[in-house]
Amino acid sequence: MPDLLKAPMALEFPFTRSLGPVQSAFLTGLRERVVLGVRTGDGRVLVPPVEYDPVTAEEIRDLVQVSATGTVTTWAWNPEPRRDQPLDTPFAWVLVQLDGADTALLHALDVPDATSVHSGLRVRVRWAEERTGAITDIACFEPAQDGQAAGRTPAARHDGAFDDPVTGIVAPARLDYVYSPGRAQTAYLRGLAEQRNVGERCPSCAKVYIPPRGACPTCGVATAERVEVGPAGTVTTFCIVNIKAKNLDIEVPYVYAHIALDGAGLALHGRIGGIPYDQVRMGLRVEPVWSENSRFPDHYRPTGEPDADYDTYKELL
Amino acid sequence: MPPTGALRDVAIVAFAQSDHLKSTDELSEVEMLMPVLHEVLGATGLATGEIDFTCSGSADYLAGRAFSFTMALDGVGAWPPISESHVETDGAWALYEAWVKLLTGEADTALVYSYGKSSPGSLRDVLTRQLDPYYQAPLWPDSVALAALQAQALIDAGHTDERTLATVAARSRDAASDNPHAQVRGARPQGDYVVQPLRTGDCPPIGDGAAAVVLAAGDRARALCARPAWIRGIDHRIEPHAIGVRDLTESPSTRLAAERAGAFERPVDTAELHAPFSSQEVVLRRALDLGDEVAVNPSGGPLAANPMMAAGLVRLGEAAARIHRGASDRALAHATSGPCLQQNLVAVLEGEDA
Ligand SMILES: [Zn+2]
Repeated sequence: MPDLLKAPMALEFPFTRSLGPVQSAFLTGLRERVVLGVRTGDGRVLVPPVEYDPVTAEEIRDLVQVSATGTVTTWAWNPEPRRDQPLDTPFAWVLVQLDGADTALLHALDVPDATSVHSGLRVRVRWAEERTGAITDIACFEPAQDGQAAGRTPAARHDGAFDDPVTGIVAPARLDYVYSPGRAQTAYLRGLAEQRNVGERCPSCAKVYIPPRGACPTCGVATAERVEVGPAGTVTTFCIVNIKAKNLDIEVPYVYAHIALDGAGLALHGRIGGIPYDQVRMGLRVEPVWSENSRFPDHYRPTGEPDADYDTYKELL
Repeated sequence: MPPTGALRDVAIVAFAQSDHLKSTDELSEVEMLMPVLHEVLGATGLATGEIDFTCSGSADYLAGRAFSFTMALDGVGAWPPISESHVETDGAWALYEAWVKLLTGEADTALVYSYGKSSPGSLRDVLTRQLDPYYQAPLWPDSVALAALQAQALIDAGHTDERTLATVAARSRDAASDNPHAQVRGARPQGDYVVQPLRTGDCPPIGDGAAAVVLAAGDRARALCARPAWIRGIDHRIEPHAIGVRDLTESPSTRLAAERAGAFERPVDTAELHAPFSSQEVVLRRALDLGDEVAVNPSGGPLAANPMMAAGLVRLGEAAARIHRGASDRALAHATSGPCLQQNLVAVLEGEDA
């Protein structure tokens, strides 16, 4: 379709998550440059540690300290680092089995090229300068050149106690999209830009949907025939908003209503203005008030016509 | 577990899929899905009102549209109110739910569909959000990176090499030459490393698509389809989430699911494997004991079209369609979810006279 609407859309969701006792000890330990693992019932040491045994589901709390040096168990060369990854120069993803651990930790390895990494390579933690109690307190790994074979250094017991333990993390995330509303909604938005309300009629039940979504949800068939509705309509039901919304410059109380535009098969919603809030009623006839450069009516105001008869809009409630 | 045949026989009686495309900007999700729903219902002659249960699979993160599955329901025609459910994963798991519903006898027919629009976002980054938020997600290890770690482990273990992986990729795209719905049709050069050891050719295309199947029980299935694809068993199993805990060269969850689904009771002639990366086919072939006599991914598989949340259901649909048209008597279908084949579903399908 020519002139399809598109717009950038960023989703950001900074989840705040609490930590259990094992995760708290591990992440606090990283802040203090100590790597902790947890011992399972059968004596295996899991690094990074979890709170329940992955095999038996038993609760596990037996913390041990392992080495900050270990062995690469597998690797992958990343020639083009992506936003938010640990290093912004080409690096190797690695799974590292730290000495004293039986499982491997995922992280980045800072080496100049793919020929500088192989499974079995000895590596050690490079600590971040500023550490907050997060997996990124490990800035990355770097070659250790310690001349040792893969170590079976026994893990030492650790009580997991630190001053000022970390009890939660904030995990920020941002994903970027290019949003396209599709055929039906593009046509609707283009109509609105010309201050026209263009819906689509269902070929099966003849209902006119506005905004159109491309399908009749009752019949499950595509809608295609464009139908202009309104501009005036009838308030089918409403509520009185008494709490001011954040970032919204509208005085309370105000009325938010369902409005059945003339010719539409279902009601849309909008704010009612130009009339005291306590005089808005079901059946009130309204028309849109457009503001400059807006794709949507700012609000709807009374037309001055007599109220609509209940029977004319009761199916649209 | 008793043999499922003791409960009730359930079959896939119809399958439809969209063309899987790099982008479908002109279509909303429901606009992309609706023709597929009409096609699959049309194949059975059933109207929406004759479907006892509807189950779908999708994920809001792909297109960044919250509750997108409720909008997709517009394409079903959900009035009068229908019995409906949704899974936030591949539609293969929606099929599993519908299969169980039919086994209970609460429904005789079911519509299962799934869809994914990956084109609006950056899929490799989006998929990092399925990882554990404490130890993995903050590092943003993308889906290709995780698969590459698995591929290198396979190479180190001597189970494959880059040349063998290239063969898997070429065979898949070549097979897709006959599949009008596939996104990548015909073999092509392996290209550069995306994340070494995986090259462009080892990775699935990123795109948009939808799929749907109709399930029916017993004589209802025989009435709706000349040669129903009877589900002899389905099972799904999951492994620990952290990839550092697992042996990435093995897939014990696939193995167990296949055992429980009865896959090893008799040989299969066809296997549709949801192996998005060439290296993962190596893992699955070993877990499933598939030899060269089995036609693996005759549709081209996920290396030819990998619509997220639909590609697993497509495997079940493609396997069933081969039985419908008499090209297979006993087929295995596999679906996966999560990083490095974390969760796996295996189904065994058979034609009536097999
Ligand atoms: Zn209709």
